[in-house]
Amino acid sequence: MAAPAKTLEIRTSPHLLSGYSVDSIMFNVVVALAPAVAFAIYAFGWAAVAVLATATVTCVATEAIAAITARAAGKPSTIGDWSAAVTGLLYGLTLPASLPLWMVVIGGVVSMAVGKLLFGGLGQNPFNPALVGRAVMQATFPVAMTTWLPPFAAGRFAGLPGSLLTLPFAQPVYDAATQATPLAAWKFGHKATGAADLALGFVGGSTGETSAVLLLLGGVYLVARNMMSWRTPVAIFASVAAVSGALHLVDPARYAGPVFHLFAGGLVLGAVFMATDMVTSPITRGGAWIYGALIGVLVVVIRVWGGMPEGVMYAILLGNAAAPHLDRLIRPRVYGTQRTGGRS
Amino acid sequence: MSLLGLKTFRHGVHPPEAKDETKGMAIRQFPFAPLLVVPLVQHAGKPSLPVVREGQEVARGQRIARPDGYLSVAMHAPASGTVRRIALAPGISGRMVPAVYLEPFPGSTQELSDGKPCPPDAPVDEILAAIQEAGVVGLGGAAFPTHVKLKVPAGKAIDTLILNGAECEPFLTTDHRVMLEQRDDIFTGIRYLKRVTGAGRVIIGVESNKPDAAEHLRAGVPADLKVEVEVLSVKYPQGAEKMLITALLGREVPSRGLPSDVGALVVNVATAAEIGRLLPLGRGIQERVITVTGPAVAKKGNYRIPIGTPLRFVLEAVGVGPGVRRVFLGGPMMGQAASSLDIPITKGVSGVVAFDDGLADRTDQTVHPCIRCGYCLEACPMFLNPSALGLLARNEEFERMAGEQHLMDCFECGSCSFVCPAHIPLVQQFRVAKAMVRKRGAA
Repeated sequence: MAAPAKTLEIRTSPHLLSGYSVDSIMFNVVVALAPAVAFAIYAFGWAAVAVLATATVTCVATEAIAAITARAAGKPSTIGDWSAAVTGLLYGLTLPASLPLWMVVIGGVVSMAVGKLLFGGLGQNPFNPALVGRAVMQATFPVAMTTWLPPFAAGRFAGLPGSLLTLPFAQPVYDAATQATPLAAWKFGHKATGAADLALGFVGGSTGETSAVLLLLGGVYLVARNMMSWRTPVAIFASVAAVSGALHLVDPARYAGPVFHLFAGGLVLGAVFMATDMVTSPITRGGAWIYGALIGVLVVVIRVWGGMPEGVMYAILLGNAAAPHLDRLIRPRVYGTQRTGGRS
Repeated sequence: MSLLGLKTFRHGVHPPEAKDETKGMAIRQFPFAPLLVVPLVQHAGKPSLPVVREGQEVARGQRIARPDGYLSVAMHAPASGTVRRIALAPGISGRMVPAVYLEPFPGSTQELSDGKPCPPDAPVDEILAAIQEAGVVGLGGAAFPTHVKLKVPAGKAIDTLILNGAECEPFLTTDHRVMLEQRDDIFTGIRYLKRVTGAGRVIIGVESNKPDAAEHLRAGVPADLKVEVEVLSVKYPQGAEKMLITALLGREVPSRGLPSDVGALVVNVATAAEIGRLLPLGRGIQERVITVTGPAVAKKGNYRIPIGTPLRFVLEAVGVGPGVRRVFLGGPMMGQAASSLDIPITKGVSGVVAFDDGLADRTDQTVHPCIRCGYCLEACPMFLNPSALGLLARNEEFERMAGEQHLMDCFECGSCSFVCPAHIPLVQQFRVAKAMVRKRGAA
């Protein structure tokens, strides 16, 4: 038998890889979001399709432009890794289905450009890009961002609501009566919403923050594939339940109960898909618990004592800000050493 | 404890095992190459000093080099033949090392010559000297001189002797076969090892993917010898010394410490078998069992290959197709890529694995930025933070790596690189960093 004629490659061990990749993790997040996206379309019709598609296309296009400039500078591009699609979808799921599309585009560009690319792209951003975009939108267009279409409207598959096609800088006109979210109804009118309606999503709100059950299903899928830390959402839910439960015990008439707080608003979407963003959350198990608990406390504090009915977005952004500090403070004990940390 | 109640350590990874093709194949004697190249440094330590001249005829098993001081071992002729040259030869890493070029006699019966026997009840120092004289080094891959490892430091006591039969490296089945085929050698080896270490308890740790080996050992424990056979869960790197001690005894070897700090000593089963096989006859290591496998190999198997056999001869004899793309010595997790086909088989080589395009392509992945997924933290058996180490490595902050992040506790098992979804060459960065830290520390 002849000796191998071709050149052998020399590389360092290990010579096997697990098969996980950044692309596959990001792609699976998209898969996990699919049920919630489908429900959003079912609830809001063509309006949800338009908002989600515009948000996703804008984010991917912004990343693509950055990729072209990166390639020109001789750097590898990250366009193929699905991360821009994840940001786009998540950002779209935080928007009202009635939001004028030109506003959706602005927020999408801000999410990617300011939230991610400005910091150096994938892995470098301190804050969740989708929430950065939404925070800017909340401050810039406070009225449009809190005007909600009623879900399951009769004509939702007949055409697009007029407000979506508002020309840039024109005043949006809403065709149908708008509906308050359960959180707003409680905060401003002390009207409670039934737990089953909240859990299943038969309530008003942004496109993706309505069906808690389908969002949790996506989370279970990611946990089963070892692509999400279950500790973070569990810590958030536990801490929201504990703080809101304690308040509810003190004065049930003034403070809504834990079930309401868990299923209302963007808590499930935020806890499962945004707080768990690997890049912007702590890397250790201990850090994840503290980070989740912190976010949970902030959610209830903002909802109860803040000026706005919802606090998930700011709670997670503040949690993101704390994450690097948690990573510095919480260090696993190294094998063969006695104390935690390594401040030598 | 794992879910099945088997003992194990925390963290670690589950690479594909890939042992099925060779685990049932009995050890076969490998033919002699036309020219054997016996490096004079096959161990961690000082090169041995040749005691033969160019042109001299030697018998198989005859001593051809003597140890140069304590951290060195003897070498023996792998075949009866003529010493052609004593000159430099390429080592695994590509560095040139002194070697004895030996041309086996054609048609010789290759009878092995015996030396001065050393019984298991000989004085401790005599046994240690005999182990050094037999050229025994750690056959698991580290190739550290065994007599040095067995010398119990003053003031320390060994209560438990652990035999490492975990064989956690994918593809490799040599220890598996040795446990099945050289059981009596292993138990004889244990007698020597018990005597020199003074250990009262002996445990053989075997991963649960080798139930036949565990059962075979258990059934054959001599009446006058107390040996426990413990089945461990299949997880990489279960066979790492520290992980094995933690799994079996629940003790943690201190950072930068030795197993003897916690009263334990770990010896590979193949090393124990060689001690049990060689010492009663006064012989030295002149060959070793190696798994030759991988998708590019036609005649996969477990072979007893003479030390000094050129890699090219091994690959030609087993039939490596034109699809071969990578060849490495050892297992795929910690094995070293062959720098050339002219390198000889040495005592530390436990496997020869050849990959074709299929497997090689799977490790040729684009490197992404770290997304802080934390997989590496969950994989690292030393509970290090490879993600943080990798970021520091990129900025060449070697002192911070060693100080804050315990870089020097990394033993380069490769678990972090294996799981990294961004395909960052973490272990490679840590090797460079460790070398830099050592260099600066020495300067």
